[in-house]
Amino acid sequence: MTTMRVPTRISSLLELEAVRAAGADVIALRQAMETPITEAPEVHLLVCGDTGCRANKSPLTRRTMEELVVEHGLADRVKVVQVGCFGFCKAGPVVVVYPGGTFYCHVKPQDCAEILLRHVMGGQPVERLLFTPNPKEKVRFHTTVDLPFYQGQVRRVLKNCGLINPESIDEAIAADRYFALAKALLEMTPDEVIAELKKSGLRGRGGAGFPTGLKWELCQKAVGDVKYVVCNADEGDPGAFMDRSILEGDPHGVLEAMAMAGYAIGAQQGYIYVRAEYPLAVERLKLAIRQARERGLLGKNILGTGFSFDIDIRLGAGAFVCGEETALIESIEGKRGMPRPKPPFPATAGLWQKPTLNNNVETYANIPQIVLFGADWFRQLGTEKSPGTKVFALAGQINNTGLVEVPMGTKLRDVVFTIGGGVPKGREFKAAQTGGPSGGCIPAEHLDTPLDFESLPALGTMMGSGGLTIMTDTACMVDLARFYLEFTQDESCGKCPPCRIGTKRMLELLEQICEGKGTHADIDQLERLAVGIRKGSLCGLGQSAPNPVLSTLRYYRDEYLAHVDDHKCPAGRCKALTEYQIDQELCKGCALCARSCPTDAIVGEVKHPFSIKIDLCIRCGNCYDVCKFHAVVR
Amino acid sequence: MSTCCCGMGVTTDDPRFAELDAFMASVREQPGSLISVLHKAQQLFGFLPEEVESRIAHTMSIPLTDVYGVVTFYNLFNTQPVGKYAISVCMGTACYVRGAGRILDRFAEELGVQAGQVTDDRLFSLEVCRCVGACSLAPVVVVDGEVRQLKEADVPAVVAELRQRSELEALSQPVSARS
Repeated sequence: MTTMRVPTRISSLLELEAVRAAGADVIALRQAMETPITEAPEVHLLVCGDTGCRANKSPLTRRTMEELVVEHGLADRVKVVQVGCFGFCKAGPVVVVYPGGTFYCHVKPQDCAEILLRHVMGGQPVERLLFTPNPKEKVRFHTTVDLPFYQGQVRRVLKNCGLINPESIDEAIAADRYFALAKALLEMTPDEVIAELKKSGLRGRGGAGFPTGLKWELCQKAVGDVKYVVCNADEGDPGAFMDRSILEGDPHGVLEAMAMAGYAIGAQQGYIYVRAEYPLAVERLKLAIRQARERGLLGKNILGTGFSFDIDIRLGAGAFVCGEETALIESIEGKRGMPRPKPPFPATAGLWQKPTLNNNVETYANIPQIVLFGADWFRQLGTEKSPGTKVFALAGQINNTGLVEVPMGTKLRDVVFTIGGGVPKGREFKAAQTGGPSGGCIPAEHLDTPLDFESLPALGTMMGSGGLTIMTDTACMVDLARFYLEFTQDESCGKCPPCRIGTKRMLELLEQICEGKGTHADIDQLERLAVGIRKGSLCGLGQSAPNPVLSTLRYYRDEYLAHVDDHKCPAGRCKALTEYQIDQELCKGCALCARSCPTDAIVGEVKHPFSIKIDLCIRCGNCYDVCKFHAVVR
Repeated sequence: MSTCCCGMGVTTDDPRFAELDAFMASVREQPGSLISVLHKAQQLFGFLPEEVESRIAHTMSIPLTDVYGVVTFYNLFNTQPVGKYAISVCMGTACYVRGAGRILDRFAEELGVQAGQVTDDRLFSLEVCRCVGACSLAPVVVVDGEVRQLKEADVPAVVAELRQRSELEALSQPVSARS
């Protein structure tokens, strides 16, 4: 942990610069790749403290490392620092050593001594903890520069995640936080801030892709004595977690951007609406707000400019629909999160009927750099209509899971196969699901699609908030559609009948098909309902709820037909339609399947072919997955 | 009057109400603070029985129907007692495609309850949650507030671990505190 202390209130640009200068060495050290570690005056061991790595017990690794540093009398020279997400969550707990940027994967408490003694003291990297795509080969990757996972990535929004201690405002300032706010307040008029944003072409990262500058302008022009700035941190898409990582790794960037929004539109109060399912993000946000207030970067008369702005947190309570902007506003008001009819739009009558600006976390996180470096710099990456970068949460059946930030327009193939390392061995890429319950699937034949706001809707899906769930041949697309409809039906707030009743009817039809009781008429009915629900629903939840069904029908109609006509589930997911058998010719009698069977339905004698007792089989598929000889068939 | 309808010992003279009242007083000036108050109440009582909702309605001058409406709208608020340990299986997309369903089934089998239910000894609640944002580790389960990456085969060990933890806690408590 850095020991610098500049305790006073920051009330001018000069004082802000003094804080940055005090931390400049820290940031420089954590970017130094060339300095030999044994000659470095200081060494930093960065331990990921994001929810993902914490689930892999990274706090234990950090404490062990801290104790060892003290034990070996190295506390003056070696600092152990908790940082935000490096993105490569699959490799967690991650420890990165500076200078040099050596990237260690899966660091357990028992590995700490070796890193400290062999690498930090002896200058020899611990090879066995370096990343390798295949443990049998000797190829090892040392740093983020070499790692295939980072090839093609440009970390702009995530630039401070994995660099600074998110619990230290001094480190945030050392990494340029609050300088964009200072520039906006001291050198720009509100109109100029909005003009720069419009010129940058930044589009909302929450899903709809609405031009952010235009939204700010509408809100600025709206008539009202009181206005509000809202940050939507109700990341509801199951499968997306970039907003959580931004809040846990670099919360001050969001606070700074919200204050700029307040300056631009003429608001003095901001609210961050964050999911209660993200306790660590809430904790870090609370701390960041307290620190910013203490230092005078939130509150009255910020940086001596006379501009005042403060931010409060409002907790969600587990309702997906609250990601919809008007439902979110209702929830901040302490009510049931039910959407309001639009118009009036929140820009004119939002929170407590006052003009309200609402952007999502990643959108805000883009803004400080646009103000600091300008719209032209921002436009250097991305496409004409979708400039900048996008953070994707890469998850599902893929080798390298984690957070990925790539220029807009990057091909899906590069994200899946270069960055993501492809699908697990022996499996075949089937689909990439984007946009969560509001989106759809991209099949293998469209792997070369550029990921941007224009190309995805053309394929019948959408950008959404950036969830990118990869599926292989083991995923049943009918079951996936059923899964999403179960979700939207459950999360429908019930206000408008097309969504409340329509999603229920669609779910029933999908359940019938998954049970092998569906007919062609059911598929037709699904399509009819989809159109009606899309047109008739009040808010985005209902309007987009049919998308997963329409998308899977578009690309995987043959799977629906296999369920209906042949009563078969080609992927073997739908239990009612799957029966497992053991091929007596192929079975070597290794008994692996019998040991994996939870109901003891597999019987036989070792070295002789086994068989499955159908009446005991619960069709879990364990045997199918474990058999090395492909002897289990369905 | 001190009645209890839920059998969990929440009476109107419960000392926890004092803390809840203090919290409500502290947010009196904040508009729209009902959800924050409900979070606080659930943290104190573990769930939101009628007595608690009535007190909130009365103190905040909000109709009880409105309080109840909000409580039942949001998934995280419970009107029934929960188990000592909540086991919440993530059913987000990434977890689902990586076999969260099997983990849920296995927990249901081990505990003898379905999702949304509490074991008879009130030790475990089995729940399903939407997404905890740990998708890169999928499938994950939130075990007593801690996010864990689990395999189906790990399930019996997790249940055993919590049972043991509960027994140890019971042993270290004075007899009078045991319920």
